[in-house]
Amino acid sequence: MSVLIFADNHNGKFPKSSLEAVSYGADVAAMLGTEAVAITCGNISGDGGLGSAGAKTVLHASSVNTSDSQQMTRLIVAAAQKVNASVIIFSHDIEGKLVAPRVAARMDAGLVPGATSLPGSDFVVKKNVFSGKAIADVAINTANKVITVLPNSLGVKNTGATATVETFTADLGAPGIKVKEVKAENKDGEIPLPEAELVVSGGRGMKGPEHWGPIVELAKTLGAATACSRPVADIGWRPHHEHVGQTGVTIRPNLYIAVGISGAIQHLAGVNGSKTIVVINKDPEAPFFKAADYGIVGDAFEVLPKIIEAAKQFKSAH
Amino acid sequence: MDKRVSVHGANIDLTCYFRDPNFYTKAMKILVCISKAPDTTSKIAFTDSNSKFDETGVQYIVNPYDEWYALVRALELKETLGGSVTTISVGGADYEPVIRKALAIGADDAVRIDAAESDSLFVAKQIAAYAKGKGFDIVFCGKETISYNGSVVPGMVAELLDVPYVALAHKIDLAGNVATIEREIPGGEEVVEVNTPFVISAAKGMAEQRIPNMRGIMAARTKPLATEAAVAAEASTTIKSFSLPPAKSGCKYITPENAGDLIRLLHEEAKAI
Repeated sequence: MSVLIFADNHNGKFPKSSLEAVSYGADVAAMLGTEAVAITCGNISGDGGLGSAGAKTVLHASSVNTSDSQQMTRLIVAAAQKVNASVIIFSHDIEGKLVAPRVAARMDAGLVPGATSLPGSDFVVKKNVFSGKAIADVAINTANKVITVLPNSLGVKNTGATATVETFTADLGAPGIKVKEVKAENKDGEIPLPEAELVVSGGRGMKGPEHWGPIVELAKTLGAATACSRPVADIGWRPHHEHVGQTGVTIRPNLYIAVGISGAIQHLAGVNGSKTIVVINKDPEAPFFKAADYGIVGDAFEVLPKIIEAAKQFKSAH
Repeated sequence: MDKRVSVHGANIDLTCYFRDPNFYTKAMKILVCISKAPDTTSKIAFTDSNSKFDETGVQYIVNPYDEWYALVRALELKETLGGSVTTISVGGADYEPVIRKALAIGADDAVRIDAAESDSLFVAKQIAAYAKGKGFDIVFCGKETISYNGSVVPGMVAELLDVPYVALAHKIDLAGNVATIEREIPGGEEVVEVNTPFVISAAKGMAEQRIPNMRGIMAARTKPLATEAAVAAEASTTIKSFSLPPAKSGCKYITPENAGDLIRLLHEEAKAI
């Protein structure tokens, strides 16, 4: 018996969300008195750091089209059979949302999507519901179990151990999807929003795309990702992939700094998992202050330079 | 063969039709999965020792991703290509207002599987059991409900029907049986090609919201809404209890003059940097 974790990588690099899933799987394996086995595909070097995150073994399948959910499902179900796994862990990231439901249906397994806690007794797992406004304790009733782990919810292990890497092949069947074109939006060095620990976000209060300099500068100084509110993305001041909120990206960074965003309920739904929220707005009645840990009532263009200056001093001292 | 034809005296060149087998339109038979969700502004509270969602005073709406993106794009495809749009919901009789809204927006007919929507796999089994063998070209879903936020049912339906699944899509066009779809991937997007039948989950950008007009609302009253019995299935998961996230201790204000103090507080107090 073992716990199987699917660890996605992007051109050989494992994002934090994948390492979180592996660490989660290692904890579940320890709880069940068994071992954590990770499966990944594409070109990786060594164990890709998965051993240090808690995997004992890494099953490596070289060339699989990760956008083809049918082939991915056949691969992961075959791996689960090989290592006799009844618990399968994914990250609740784009790939996890694509493949985990299929694997669960194939194995007739109960699935908890976006878990924020390790399973307790009777395999009860916590997950956020009502767009983060409540938490549900969900029990998995089936023998086979699938869990997707919400990014930025639980930590990454760093044991320094190395995993054994084994080549793994399975009958993938006919392909179902052809990828015609890939358009990368994140430029090199930019931090992808869903996995960013620090986020600086601007709203309509920034008055126009030409005024985004201070937002970008503060983000750069802190090593944060940039984000924006829905109206800002809709009028084209910022790209759509930066839009956080109910209909955009849901994030839960350690720090969310919102500048010139009033805090409509739809926006809060996408950011209310953030551990610390800072709101900068010149309207003291902005609803966002109710959800904030720190607030500054003032003009963004006067306040931001002071914060950027302090951040630069902080960075040079630490 | 001469590929020019004369229609009312106008010469039309049909060469493109013969050169490219995809250069034609095929009517689409589409199934749209419709879920209900509490209005975004609803107060979230619980009853029965925090084991049930308190529905007192809650207004239910069509789950926005199902309505704005999946249903509307399905209707647009039907309007250009021909075909039909059927909606499917799994739930009790209290689902009817939400289903009528979907019919008012323009769906042709609806089916309700008469069962409590106990968990994702149960719901997916109901949808798959209904869809199987009925020749749907596309099963359209929203990317997630705003209540359970699972993003799970469409993928399960695809697996149970053994067809391709394209998740988190924001654009779809069809040429014959071939769909070209744009979907989100980490740090960007990709364009994929897939043959019907398939399941797709729709995210923002897929279509614009449609407000039903009076004619649509009147027509919806008499459009067919079939009720079917559920197939046997167990709930694979059970919600044991709900809780509310810990309340914020309140906002600490910093004067604009001392804005720089924020960085010190974030480091020393919040330990966020």
